[in-house]
Amino acid sequence: MDIKVRVWRQSGPSSAGQMVTYDVKDISPDASFLEMIDVLNETLILNGDDPIAFDHDCREGICGACSMVINGVAHGPEKATTTCQLHMRHFKDGDVIDVEPWRAAAFPVIKDLVVDRTSFDKIIQAGGYISAPTGTAPDAHATPVPKKDADAAFEAATCIGCGACVAACPNGSSMLFTAAKITHLGLMPQGQPERDTRVIDMLQAQDDAGFGGCTNMGECAEVCPKGIPLSLIGRLNSDYRKAISKH
Amino acid sequence: MNDFWIEGEPVVDKAAPDGPVETRWERRKFAAKLVNPANRRKLTVIVVGTGLAGGSAAATLAEAGYRVKSYCYQDSPRRAHSIAAQGGINAAKNYRNDGDSVYRLFYDTVKGGDFRARESNVYRLAQVSVNIIDQCVAQGVPFAREYGGLLDNRSFGGTQVSRTFYARGQTGQQLLLGAYQAMERQIGLGNIEMNARHEMLELIIVDGKARGIVVRDMVTGEITTEFADAVVLASGGYGNVFFLSTNAKGCNVTASWRAHRKGALFANPCYTQIHPTCIPESGSHQSKLTLMSESLRNDGRVWVPKRAADCQKPAAEIAEEDRDYYLERIYPSFGNLVPRDIASRAAKNVCDEGRGVGPGGLGVYLDFADAIKRLGRKAVEAKYGNLFEMYERITGEDPYATPMRIYPAVHYTMGGLWVDYDLQSTIPGLFVIGEANFSDHGANRLGASALMQGLADGYFVLPNTINNYLAAGPFPSLSEQDAPVVEARKQVEDRIKKLLEINGDRTVDSFHRELGQIMWEYCGMERSEEGLTKAVGLIRALKEEFWTRVKVPGKGEELNQNLEKAGRVADFLELGELMCIDALHRRESCGGHFRAESQTPDGEALRHDDEFSYAAAWEYFGADGKPTLHKEELNFEYVHPSTRSYK
Ligand SMILES: Cc1cc2nc3c(=O)[nH]c(=O)nc-3n(C[C@H](O)[C@H](O)[C@H](O)COP(=O)(O)OP(=O)(O)OC[C@H]3O[C@@H](n4cnc5c(N)ncnc54)[C@H](O)[C@@H]3O)c2cc1C
Ligand code: SF4
Ligand code: FES
Repeated sequence: MDIKVRVWRQSGPSSAGQMVTYDVKDISPDASFLEMIDVLNETLILNGDDPIAFDHDCREGICGACSMVINGVAHGPEKATTTCQLHMRHFKDGDVIDVEPWRAAAFPVIKDLVVDRTSFDKIIQAGGYISAPTGTAPDAHATPVPKKDADAAFEAATCIGCGACVAACPNGSSMLFTAAKITHLGLMPQGQPERDTRVIDMLQAQDDAGFGGCTNMGECAEVCPKGIPLSLIGRLNSDYRKAISKH
Repeated sequence: MNDFWIEGEPVVDKAAPDGPVETRWERRKFAAKLVNPANRRKLTVIVVGTGLAGGSAAATLAEAGYRVKSYCYQDSPRRAHSIAAQGGINAAKNYRNDGDSVYRLFYDTVKGGDFRARESNVYRLAQVSVNIIDQCVAQGVPFAREYGGLLDNRSFGGTQVSRTFYARGQTGQQLLLGAYQAMERQIGLGNIEMNARHEMLELIIVDGKARGIVVRDMVTGEITTEFADAVVLASGGYGNVFFLSTNAKGCNVTASWRAHRKGALFANPCYTQIHPTCIPESGSHQSKLTLMSESLRNDGRVWVPKRAADCQKPAAEIAEEDRDYYLERIYPSFGNLVPRDIASRAAKNVCDEGRGVGPGGLGVYLDFADAIKRLGRKAVEAKYGNLFEMYERITGEDPYATPMRIYPAVHYTMGGLWVDYDLQSTIPGLFVIGEANFSDHGANRLGASALMQGLADGYFVLPNTINNYLAAGPFPSLSEQDAPVVEARKQVEDRIKKLLEINGDRTVDSFHRELGQIMWEYCGMERSEEGLTKAVGLIRALKEEFWTRVKVPGKGEELNQNLEKAGRVADFLELGELMCIDALHRRESCGGHFRAESQTPDGEALRHDDEFSYAAAWEYFGADGKPTLHKEELNFEYVHPSTRSYK
């Protein structure tokens, strides 16, 4: 199939950017979206142009590196699908597709479609862990965990840290990401001792990192490739209220 | 004498303790020197890589009080390739009371490695496996559990005991997030300096010791020299030398290769694991291959048409009697559950006979029709639903209605930098952990054992053995002006300059693809003297062409993804040659290395223990263009070499 893509080109963090249109000819419907960009880049290089920079690594929907806003939607049109797992068969011959980077105050653009997401790591640093230095652990069976809790913790822990939730949020809020971690650790018995400080510190860190406030718009859960539900934000808020009331 | 390599002195593991295997690790730890806590703060350790191995090591060393500097090429340590591991992690917990034990895991691993690994290392791996699970549970890793709240286990990759712990199909992700969170905690405390989007491009050796690295900031292009008292490489495997593999796109050999060029021996480079259940290529745009969990073979039946003429027909139109369930036919007792290498080679054989299915005839069916009939669609969905979805997403085909198509793909590399029992390379102060070293899997790795080894190395082995080395530190402080530092930096700068100046007419990817095709054809599932000899010639010519015709756009002082790739491909071209030479010299079949000339009359792998019971540790190509072979003899005191048979 033949398509056109209009891609955000920005040569550096402080330069101005613009949308540039490219023709992509004869692309297989079985190619992934990133493979389509690969093919385009090969042509750009041979024509002496600068190829499009974009983040990616696993190309299996698990590392969370890929991050493109496609036709206005973070990760594109398919539900619960990362950009790398999106295939061209979901587009039509002759389509014109817009491709832009994540846009959020806390994710500044580095180049083209590559943004800086170290602000997410800062949130984890503030409390997204259980303090368990190596070698101090009791036997793994010392504390049984109800299957229901373990399964729910796992579901929350599948967040890949991609940042689509932030990119989709009109406020640029990271609440869904933070809530996923709060829920994961808060459901495990091992996570209880630090539960209160964790939620207080992580919320503080997301404010400090420049993320916006949450006004329950729900756009985040719509685009989340891992189906992290909006209800987790409610859980976070309730944890926060409890923690504050104790401190 | 021959045209390809030189034989040198044997290499000996001087750190290995002897005596009863059960107490070797205990005794080694006891004999190792300690570093008192006050001194640890004066010692810096560089850790390159933040996967399971590097992440766990960085966190543990920082907890112990060392100052750690950590590096990864991704934008966050959480994205290291370990995140993609699916199936699970082994540990000899014997929670199932099914006769498992440290000894049995040790035995299975030595045997599974086709008697090409060290007994001492493997025993230690099995011993610490149990601590790994404890550690991960304490960190909050949400492993699968049973209704009673205890951990669930499954049997994986044909083992007879259930010792694999898992978190749905995302075990690697959950384990890595555990290590990552432990790391982030130490970063927050100021004990780890994290440098994401930084690529190590050279090793700095001063007075014979590894003392630092040269890195490029991948955002600004700035080149800096970083100093430490010891350097740990945890930079992963090199499967991407094949271009197409199940590895993440950025996986590379550069960190290891730079160390190899400076004197670290590289062991068993030709041992590659080719995984039988991957989604086949769909066209020339293909950029990587996707693994489908091996568990699918528990219920799926593998077949191809009996007649090549039927291969173009839709599967549904091929009558039962015209299907060849070749694994069940050739290996009646293991059937579809034969080990990875055997399943992969059998698929290649039927495709070579012209009986492959799908684009290019490079695929075999994995059929769930019987399972759906026997168990019902619901049960199949509960077990494999997410895998079926993934398959459909990628191929656009519904595996409930039509059989999946699968084909083998490069998955894991057993070879890597040679290390002694302390995980120290032949360069003092340079330690190598995880998939980057060669240590524990011999010629073939068992399923769910890479995650175990990465975490064993990082949480429990290295943090003990490195003390013995660091006890002699802190080493003299270094300056930017020291000759070896200036030289290492210049090597990096010159190379970048050269790559940018060629300005030829071929892209980096086109070279990488071509190298991959050569490797797959001649150094893939089946290797022969003739093919390997040819491959060495082809790779040498391709390398020449690369350095005259490659086109790397842009500048060095900016984010330049093609420059990054070009440096990696340049190293892969050298590694590819060494892999072929290693494969050429090993005139036996063992594990993932199958030599056409060394097979039994019925086509099974034939080992030659009399001649090849050693690890092949290579010294970098000399001035005459030949690498030097150093052999490390392997002795089997406990598990006596026998022939694997799955018939
Ligand atoms: C799809 C898939 C599924 C798998 N499933 C399983 C499984 O179920 N069970 C199992 O046991 N094993 C499995 N494996 C194997 C296992 O995942 C890997 O062997 C293991 O995770 C490797 O871990 P590592 O820490 O050694 O390296 P990696 O996780 O590869 O990490 C390498 C690190 O090094 C960094 N790095 C590399 N080069 C440089 C450089 N030059 N400069 C700076 N940083 C650098 C990277 O940024 C990264 O942080 C699977 C592998 C694949 C591909
Ligand atoms: S919550 Fe969803 S969208 Fe947000 S970072 Fe996690 S996986 Fe991505
Ligand atoms: S590239 Fe890893 S999630 Fe898309």
